[in-house]
Amino acid sequence: MNRVVGILLASLVGALVLSVALGSVPLPLNRVLGALTFQSSQGDQLVVWQIRLPRALAAGFVGAALGMSGAALQGLLRNPLAEPGILGVSATAALFATFVLYFGLATAGPLVLPLAAVAGALIATLLVALAALRTRSVVTLILIGVGLSSFSAAIMALLMNLAPNPFSLADMVNWMLGTVDNRSFDDLLFALPFMAIGVAVLLASRRGLSVLALGDEAAEGMGLDLKRQRLAVIIGAGLATGAAVALAGAIGFVGIVAPHLVRPFLRYDPARLLVPSALLGGLILVLADIGVRVLPTDSELKLGVVASLLGAPVFIWIAARRRLA
Amino acid sequence: MKLLEAEGLGYSIDGRVLVADAAFALGAGELTALIGPNGSGKTTLLRLALGLLEKDAGSSSIDGTAVESLSPVERARRVAYLPQARPLVWPQPVRDVVSLGRFAYGAALGRLSQEDSEAVERAIRACQLDGFEERAADTLSGGELSRVHLARALAAETPLVVADEPVAALDPRYQHKTMQLFANMTRAGRSVLTVIHDLDLALRYASKVLWMHEGRIVANGTPQETFTATRLRDVFGIDAQVLSDGAHTRLEISGPA
Repeated sequence: MNRVVGILLASLVGALVLSVALGSVPLPLNRVLGALTFQSSQGDQLVVWQIRLPRALAAGFVGAALGMSGAALQGLLRNPLAEPGILGVSATAALFATFVLYFGLATAGPLVLPLAAVAGALIATLLVALAALRTRSVVTLILIGVGLSSFSAAIMALLMNLAPNPFSLADMVNWMLGTVDNRSFDDLLFALPFMAIGVAVLLASRRGLSVLALGDEAAEGMGLDLKRQRLAVIIGAGLATGAAVALAGAIGFVGIVAPHLVRPFLRYDPARLLVPSALLGGLILVLADIGVRVLPTDSELKLGVVASLLGAPVFIWIAARRRLA
Repeated sequence: MKLLEAEGLGYSIDGRVLVADAAFALGAGELTALIGPNGSGKTTLLRLALGLLEKDAGSSSIDGTAVESLSPVERARRVAYLPQARPLVWPQPVRDVVSLGRFAYGAALGRLSQEDSEAVERAIRACQLDGFEERAADTLSGGELSRVHLARALAAETPLVVADEPVAALDPRYQHKTMQLFANMTRAGRSVLTVIHDLDLALRYASKVLWMHEGRIVANGTPQETFTATRLRDVFGIDAQVLSDGAHTRLEISGPA
């Protein structure tokens, strides 16, 4: 394990502990540890196990899935501004979730909403994967992703436009802002398998991302199976991103910013970037979620809003500082 | 057995023929120059022969095996390919870029085997990049970068190297250095196929020249056999004289025909 991974992992664990300790009622470290080991009061155990820990873990997993997907897609598409949703997966997942909210189906069960989001993500992933089998150009893939995103956004706008009542409109808007509020271990257990498969596929195919840095033609000449590599990244990033959207709604910029910040420490190698990007993505969202909870605001701040407020300026900074054309 | 053998290769796009009925064979110990004017189909021919582009007609084999039945890794262990377009996305250090040449042997950046590291070192020295190892690739000049990509291709240490315009960006000294390097490799039993626009270099270093014109191979033989004033005018549209003083042959180009 290299130094970057070690530092990020330690920071992430620290941030998770901090996240469990902080909140409307701050818990000192000994009470946190007591609750985690089931040796403190019922009240403390309830706060830690039912409320704070699942929420902190959700923020961490969502950030990690987005960070790694962003890093892999930036490597595949050879573009430092690529983001996990670039292939239309996030927008389609969000569209399916909006459908559920529009028709008031979310009340049918706690898993209906994430199930719909994952289904949307899988359908988008399948469409882009089929396109990848037919085209040689990554630009075509990006354009298909942009088209898919725009179309999903258009239908979402239509659903909001026709919202049957202000409450369902508020539900849709709230969900789209992105949050890990009220997430339970059941929500986590539903999303984790998809994330785990996505992450495993990405990690298994990461060596190919290194050679793609020299262009598709050279990479093929060096022995890369271009089609397989593209399919692996599309499916891996699609699953991980889809699960992240299902768990927390739309959360932007983490997937762009995290890989960019760690890249110089890993000699700009797209393969070695994956794990540190995941750790930093998780760290950023856990810290942002702590901010959301401790900042005194009248109505609850949404994690997605804070992530965008922090991420967008960094995005502009990255775009302005690009070294290679 | 030939390292690379192509027969009747043909390729057209939207009814426009880019390569037609092209045949050639490369044996060990040969330095073959592929020459021809812009748009004569040189790059397309290389890609067809290596199976990187799906051909409309003909066949191509590497070491006697049809290119279609070789996996990308198997092909990469037999032939190193240096394309003409060499995009670079990240400002990676030179050593890492060269190390990517070991991909087909399972190498991953940051944990190269002893064998991989040694091959990378040899390639860096061969392309005279000593001292540049930790330089970020985007801080290099066009010619230096060109040598980095060549070193990447050489690091694979394959029996055959196929290079598309490897010396185009190099100064005269490195142009000759590179051609000498190729000549040395072929003397050691390896084989090089290179696209080249400098006819003097082709004449001087190549053991065999493939002439391409409008998608067809119009001549295939030693420089002494194939360099004639008529052919230079027909293929390249230039007025040139081929001068020979017995030991050396050289070219005097007076201008477009």
